[in-house]
Amino acid sequence: MDFVPSFALILPELVLSFAGLMLLLLAAWGGDGAGRKIAIAAATALFVAGILIVPGLHAGTDGPATLAFGGLIKVDSFALFAKALIYLAAIGALIVAPAFFASPSAGTERGMRAEYPVLILFSSVGMGLMVSANDFMTLYLGLELTSLTSYVLAAILRRDTRSGEAGLKYFVLGALASGILLYGMSLLYGFTGGTGFAAVRAGLTGEMGTGALFGVIFVLSGLAFKISAVPFHMWTPDVYEGAPTPVTAFFSTAPKVAAVGLTARVAFEVFGAQIAAWQQIVMFMALASIIFGALGAIGQENLKRLLAYSSINNIGFILLGLAVAKVEGAAAMLVYLFIYVAMSLGSFVALLMLRGEDGTLYETFADIRGLSVTRPGIAWALLLFMFSLAGIPPLLGFYSKFVVFQATIEAGLVAFGAIAIAASVIGAFYYIKFVKVMFFDEPAGVVTGKSGAGHWALLGLTALIVSPLGYLLTPSLTDLAGKAAASLFLAA
Amino acid sequence: MIGIEHYLTVGAILFVLGVLGIFLNRKNVIVILMAVELILLAVNLNLVAFSAFLQDLTGQIFAMLVLTVAAAEAAIGLAILVIYFRTRGSIAVDDINRMKG
Repeated sequence: MDFVPSFALILPELVLSFAGLMLLLLAAWGGDGAGRKIAIAAATALFVAGILIVPGLHAGTDGPATLAFGGLIKVDSFALFAKALIYLAAIGALIVAPAFFASPSAGTERGMRAEYPVLILFSSVGMGLMVSANDFMTLYLGLELTSLTSYVLAAILRRDTRSGEAGLKYFVLGALASGILLYGMSLLYGFTGGTGFAAVRAGLTGEMGTGALFGVIFVLSGLAFKISAVPFHMWTPDVYEGAPTPVTAFFSTAPKVAAVGLTARVAFEVFGAQIAAWQQIVMFMALASIIFGALGAIGQENLKRLLAYSSINNIGFILLGLAVAKVEGAAAMLVYLFIYVAMSLGSFVALLMLRGEDGTLYETFADIRGLSVTRPGIAWALLLFMFSLAGIPPLLGFYSKFVVFQATIEAGLVAFGAIAIAASVIGAFYYIKFVKVMFFDEPAGVVTGKSGAGHWALLGLTALIVSPLGYLLTPSLTDLAGKAAASLFLAA
Repeated sequence: MIGIEHYLTVGAILFVLGVLGIFLNRKNVIVILMAVELILLAVNLNLVAFSAFLQDLTGQIFAMLVLTVAAAEAAIGLAILVIYFRTRGSIAVDDINRMKG
């Protein structure tokens, strides 16, 4: 067998793995003092990997030429679209990290952790494998590579009790989710006779037996855990609150993209012949996530915890696009995913800029009172993100909700669309609370510290995407998302 | 004669024991790690039994991969447990409560 085409297809992963291994050596050699340089090198590697996928992204690749290693991996437009998002989000998580680890909030051991960029790189390799999996074995290995690095990232502040607790909780529930997913995969293997997506799909056509149905449900539950959809969301607020903020920014963007991409691929390519079996389940998870995410956030004082509920809420809308089970729905889901990544990354960057005079990070509502007086730039950016997350026109967050609702209504699921719209109004309450606290309360005066150029650049870029100017992006975004969604349905 | 259904039953029992071990255990995090291993073993039993039943090697290869990943997972789990114990001085499940939820 000739492996050259296969290696050419996984070139971005090769670059990232090689860079990860090299930087791991350098990290061991140079210690934490080399942390900042290693972060820059890791961001460069991610950038190079991103450049490598641009040609395929525009060409709209699909068909047999995308299969690598005898069908274990499939690098189609969908995988490339998800990878582009993942790499961008990972670069964002690298840019904001050094300032955080140098601040007093990082605990007694100050200074950039050299292993942080390495873990982000390996996690990106895992996520790239997840979205380009075409076999349950690839899926599992990619998922575990991502999960295992994520557990360590959550617990990276070794002396901090909250970080350790977040890592422990994430580990236990993540391992349980992997176990459930794996049990489902073992059942599907047994009842269809293969682990390749095409083989399982062929085995699932026609009447489905009880064993295979259990397999489908277990796999979907395991994946729901990873994307933190209700009823498998309980780890999210604790992990988001406890993990260091750059890690939380990473968790809420890149792994979400990978897990959603994986779920969509499994739903359409593996369970494509049994859409009736999973559509109800996904619709329930979507609506429950939207409603629970909106209600759960209301009483929260901690901003990271609040954004965790916000991400549960957003996952609901993304799943709504998936539950439509049509090309239009999948395309709407991908558009939403892109805009969500911009909004979420931007919000967390803004949170990372809430620094005191000595660099300590603040993360509760009480600290951002009257922020518009002390730090107007951050306050206005947060206003943009919050209005956008609430879906208020003319910001781009409105467009993302609009395309998902449009796909839902056009598919005839009017009642579900109506429930989702009603729940998004509840969600607007706490987004607007941000604005009320920042602009109309007496200044608390604790957030006075300055932030570096990297933070401002990232904040400006995400704010620009979210702002009405972002609509200039929508034609090319719709085009790319359409191509990516079409490649998902090729197997059908 | 022991058939595929017997293996599947044992696998299902092990799986349920593992899941219950995670949710019902109020004592010690180490027990949770053992329960996770139990779940993965149940999966491996399933895979190998199906592999023999279907006369297909894929299941056994998958089982090898699962074993490898399980070892890595246990190592990381124990490492996180150690740093947690260093800061809190306890690994009782009821003490993991710095954050509500």
